[in-house]
Amino acid sequence: MSVLRMEKAIYDAIRAHGEETYPHECCGALLGRTTPEGWSIETSVKAGNTRTDSAHNRYHISPGELVKIEREARGKGLDIAGFYHSHPDHPAQWSQTDLAEAHWLGCSYVITAVAKGVAAQTNSFHLAGDTEENKRFELETIDVHGASKS
Amino acid sequence: MTIFIPTPLRAFAAGKDAVEVSAGTIASALDELTAAHPDLRKHLFTSEGKVRAFVNIYLNDEDVRYLPAKEATAVSSGDTLSIIPSIAGGC
Repeated sequence: MSVLRMEKAIYDAIRAHGEETYPHECCGALLGRTTPEGWSIETSVKAGNTRTDSAHNRYHISPGELVKIEREARGKGLDIAGFYHSHPDHPAQWSQTDLAEAHWLGCSYVITAVAKGVAAQTNSFHLAGDTEENKRFELETIDVHGASKS
Repeated sequence: MTIFIPTPLRAFAAGKDAVEVSAGTIASALDELTAAHPDLRKHLFTSEGKVRAFVNIYLNDEDVRYLPAKEATAVSSGDTLSIIPSIAGGC
């Protein structure tokens, strides 16, 4: 099982983002570096959810915004390691929509369940595989500054 | 010009996060990229040769699909292309 590492401040920030946008889904990017076990996250970047038509159960990050986030990452010597979003009043489990819309192979997708406005479980899933046809989500451990959460 | 390779496609570009090409249009730049790194082709294009629906190509800060000449747009050495797979989902 791969491991996603991040400081508690980042873990808390992405969970808090889900509380801020509740009852809508929040979304953002995770910037970091690779390790033998997985990604080590250095910072998170909030992003806008363009799915204003169905924000309670859908998110989409504008590719134009991602161009800027990627530029920011390059400037800091980091890579886009993955993304995070929230599931308002829904489990922190990837959905068929999440899988169908996931294209960043090798990256981490972090999901936080936000129950009645309060962040509950946060899980991370590694997008494994090397094609659209064999891609799959695999649960990974979140190592929060030494406190393991999986 | 520089073509920035996103994280998920670097394994198919010899691990590179950027590739330099000398083509004169967006289409020829992508052709030069996939000629140098053939494994990228199936990740970027359909079997009919069109850019896959979830692949966004940006010339500097502009989405190529909204440029008047689209992939036929001329490029210069100072331009950059960014390949950005879509990011979306939901419960």
